[in-house]
Amino acid sequence: MNENTGDTILRIEDLAVHFPLGGGLFGGPRRLLHAVDGVDLELKRGECLGLVGESGCGKSTLALSILGLQAPTRGRIILDGQDVSGASAGRKARARIAQMVFQDPYSSLNPRQTVRRTLEAPLRLHGISASSEIEGRVADILKRVGLRPEHAERYPHEFSGGQRQRIGIARALILEPKIIILDEPVSALDVSIRAQIINLLLELKETLGLSYIMISHDLGVVEHMSDRVAVMYLGRIVETGGWEEIFTNPQHPYTRALISAIPDPFRRSRGAKITGEIPNPLDLPTGCSFHPRCPEARDICRAPSTPEFRQVGKGHLVRCRRVGEIGMPEKALLA
Amino acid sequence: MKLRANLLIGGVLFAGVVIAGIFAPWLAHTDPVMDANLMYAEEPPGQEFWFGTDAQGRDIYSRVLYGARISLTVGIVSQLINTVIGVCLGLSAGYWGGWWDDFVNGLTNMMLAIPSLIFALAIMAILNPGLTSLLIALGLTNWSFTCRLARASALSLKSQGYVQAAKVLGYGDLRIMLTQLLPNMLGPIIVIGTLGMGGAVLAEAALSFLGLGIRPPYPSWGSMLSDARDQITTAPWISIFPGLAIFMTVLGLNLLGDGLRDILDPQARARRA
Repeated sequence: MNENTGDTILRIEDLAVHFPLGGGLFGGPRRLLHAVDGVDLELKRGECLGLVGESGCGKSTLALSILGLQAPTRGRIILDGQDVSGASAGRKARARIAQMVFQDPYSSLNPRQTVRRTLEAPLRLHGISASSEIEGRVADILKRVGLRPEHAERYPHEFSGGQRQRIGIARALILEPKIIILDEPVSALDVSIRAQIINLLLELKETLGLSYIMISHDLGVVEHMSDRVAVMYLGRIVETGGWEEIFTNPQHPYTRALISAIPDPFRRSRGAKITGEIPNPLDLPTGCSFHPRCPEARDICRAPSTPEFRQVGKGHLVRCRRVGEIGMPEKALLA
Repeated sequence: MKLRANLLIGGVLFAGVVIAGIFAPWLAHTDPVMDANLMYAEEPPGQEFWFGTDAQGRDIYSRVLYGARISLTVGIVSQLINTVIGVCLGLSAGYWGGWWDDFVNGLTNMMLAIPSLIFALAIMAILNPGLTSLLIALGLTNWSFTCRLARASALSLKSQGYVQAAKVLGYGDLRIMLTQLLPNMLGPIIVIGTLGMGGAVLAEAALSFLGLGIRPPYPSWGSMLSDARDQITTAPWISIFPGLAIFMTVLGLNLLGDGLRDILDPQARARRA
């Protein structure tokens, strides 16, 4: 199925992933865990979309669905013009469009394979058999990620964390995909190495025309790399917009709390802190799912049905019923 | 570097048994089955008969050498069958999970609940005694530990990033199991396999002792022990030497297994590094 999508490389429509829990012989009634619950998302060519939210909000499940490792319960995923939400779309075809860079460079490389095998095997699997071409592509990709050709014969334990992450990036790029999902690509690295990897990722994006979806807790990295930002809370996107909009003019109380939680040595007072735990996703609150923790919550927020998106600026959408009524956030957050 | 004594002693003992088995026709003084001579029955160990002779006047030294062939064949082949069955079931159960995992788990628990020697006895009682039946009986009854181990390894390895990466790269399930999971769980599997080989040698001896394994007059250490029961007070050498052979082989295999564990266990290796 081909659809004319123009500039959009990935479109997600009303995607939901529900996990059945319990049930079985003595498990009592089956309950559904709403890991992802109606997400609409668009990724443009050459764009980096930052996906932020606390642990358990469904960002990893969303990534797995895009890659085809987690079957969606409902909704559509359109990758490069092809609807891949059905079970028929093969892993292999999808592998040539979307790839992933993993968080932990220590567990993401097979300790028993040399770098060469790690990079060659996918090429062979995808039908490239000429050894000169394989050789050339491996050498080229190693050069692009800043490794030397002789590194190919080594095993992962001979490399440092930063070098391992470069190998992980090389593996993600070897099939020449169009979309790379970066799952916390630098959070397991030393601070001194992070900048190198971030710059490498930005450079590769430019030279290879890649699109990124970057999952991260680290708002500093998101701010530096993203063109657009989507904030997720309990399986839904609560706010999305250009990075400047999100960081200078956050509208949703959750986004504000996240941004004010960025440590800033020059700021005296702390912004509104969110208290409490993320609610049990098995037993979602009615209305806006953020209301039990929201400092601005009123009765209107507890009324059933999820708040719809409201447009507050160009491409800036917020799921909050009180968006106009809440005062402006503390100024000079980004001074 | 610390000398790994268990690996060294185990390796030497096991190598000795392997050499004895392979070169038995050249090392033996007489034919183990045909050269019975009642003139020399129950001779004590001496110049001519190193380990003495048995009630039929056969040279025990030659019979022990040929017995090594049977013990090794049974030990290695039956343990290979066990390892293949255990790894196939355990790896696929751990990786796929779901009803297949439940089924394999149930099967494994059942196998663990039945004493494996009794189960092998039952199989041998149905089949005709002989080498092939022994291999089948011992090869089908002792895979539960390997299966457990393979399943546990697969469970812990499948969440590793490189397995996820292989899925994202489009690898099929079978390819992931063979190229990503299996090489990373091989160390402990080899250790269990080596230790199990000692168990298989003992089980073969036990079955042959009970008359359900290798039938006399063919020289199996177990059947030799069985034959020697009546003379244990009058001619103890008839039972001592096959018994010693079993003891040395099993000890060698167990030490070898322990030594391999020290080498192959990545955590132990990391501690030394």
